[in-house]
Amino acid sequence: MITFDAVTKAFPGGNVAVDDLSLELPTGQITVFVGPSGCGKTTSLRMINRTIEPTSGTISIDGEDVSAQDAALLRRKIGYVIQNAGLFPHRTIVDNIATVPLLNGVAKRQARERAAELLTRVGLDESLGSRYPNQLSGGQQQRVGVARALAADPPVMLMDEPFSAVDPIVRDGLQKEFLRLQSELGKTIAFVTHDIDEAIKLGDKVAIFRVGGHLAQIGSPQELLDDPADDFVADFVGRDRGFRGLGFVTAEKLEVEPVSAYTGRSSDGRLVLDGDGRPTGWAVEGRDELRALPASFTKEDTLRLVTDLAITSPAGAAVRVDADGMADGVVAHEAIARHLTALRRESER
Amino acid sequence: MITYISNNYHDIVADLVQHLWLALIPVVVGAVLALPVGYLAARRPALYQPIINLGGVIYSIPSLAVFLLIPVVIGVGVLSPLNVLLGLTLYTLALLARTVADALISVRGEVTEAAVALGYRPIRMLFGVELPMALPVLFAGLRVATVANISLVSVGALVGSGGLGNLFTSGFQLGFTEPIIIGIVLSMLLAVVFDVALVLIQRQLTPWSRAGGRA
Repeated sequence: MITFDAVTKAFPGGNVAVDDLSLELPTGQITVFVGPSGCGKTTSLRMINRTIEPTSGTISIDGEDVSAQDAALLRRKIGYVIQNAGLFPHRTIVDNIATVPLLNGVAKRQARERAAELLTRVGLDESLGSRYPNQLSGGQQQRVGVARALAADPPVMLMDEPFSAVDPIVRDGLQKEFLRLQSELGKTIAFVTHDIDEAIKLGDKVAIFRVGGHLAQIGSPQELLDDPADDFVADFVGRDRGFRGLGFVTAEKLEVEPVSAYTGRSSDGRLVLDGDGRPTGWAVEGRDELRALPASFTKEDTLRLVTDLAITSPAGAAVRVDADGMADGVVAHEAIARHLTALRRESER
Repeated sequence: MITYISNNYHDIVADLVQHLWLALIPVVVGAVLALPVGYLAARRPALYQPIINLGGVIYSIPSLAVFLLIPVVIGVGVLSPLNVLLGLTLYTLALLARTVADALISVRGEVTEAAVALGYRPIRMLFGVELPMALPVLFAGLRVATVANISLVSVGALVGSGGLGNLFTSGFQLGFTEPIIIGIVLSMLLAVVFDVALVLIQRQLTPWSRAGGRA
């Protein structure tokens, strides 16, 4: 657990970047610091590994005050990933990854072997190991940056906007990969971003900062979406927070109509199944070819996905499938709306 | 020309070899001295301008004046080759201290910040990260210093230090053009050979800077 206790950072000239911050980052979880620029999120992150020293207050990791430890040794126990990866241009990929073990005095051969393993762990081919950073794409460099941070198997990782500089598709891939890795590794992670969507997607806990280095609210993504502490948080999480909140509710209890109600009808779109009962598309009156199904959902998917599927479907309904991909129910707009109303009543009771 | 060369072959070779030493020893010594001075200038913002300005002033003193001034200051004979060696070392230091400082400052940024955050200490960071990254800029400075020194050694002949400048002075005194032409050609050849050699060494040391093109 990383603990901030009444931490303040004032820069020379009087600019207060972080103001009396008290906060806990639970062990084995991702805590995201998010907020507009100038809110002190990066300063807060950097005080953990002492690349910035607080003016007052203490930061401790598992009860040990970081300011009492040798800064270089402390940093080698804390993985660090930055926006543009910051790889050493003069070292091969494998040697970049092996940086911290080599600093710790691990034998070169052993460090390189471990580095090559990590390369595959972050989803890159081992053959890239002998290349130099400028021969890799931005997304690949960022994966190497993550591998470098993991090389000495640190219990704590600091990530400063690690996925901000890549295009949205690559970012999405990196985020998924990151969550997969974290589910295997269970590191204690502090993650800085200015992107609330990224914060909600990745954070077990999200700390929203406001300008001047104040913590506006900390909680799980769902808590922030459901119950913002004030107008600033509500505004920051966005106007569509209600819709995004549906990303945290599964479709398990959503009532569906039988498939037959949609395969038999002639107007408003007829659901077409293949011989095995898998949905193939919608037949719409006046058109010869089938309208493709946007996708289908299972009970484990979120209400957000179901709503989206219903909106984009030509029939205004989403198709549920079972584990084998057979259609086992259909839900229309109206049914989703009724379900949401029931949910709200339930939570207000 | 051919007869002049064959008659004076041994003298020409001796001049050439001496020229080489007089030019290269100061490059090596000056470069080694420039490292700590440049590092200090890069590390301490308050020292940067004074060091750079002092270097500029030294470099602006005419070489002949430096060669004549040094014996007065340190008390060696006017004809000692030490004058040229010291003078050129001073020039090299003045030139490369700035190069080192600017090169170290130019590599600062994300990469050095990352290095600190990964747990590098200053000295290991200097030799493991900053200097290797600064090599392309350092070599640019080293090439200028080497070529400049090779040309400045000729001036040393006026104060009797030897080198290919001997060919110029004797040519003028005897009214021959051959030694002058030979001196110019050899001096230029020397400069080109060492410049090319430095380029090749740099390419060997910095394979990463050529490894362009994405996979």
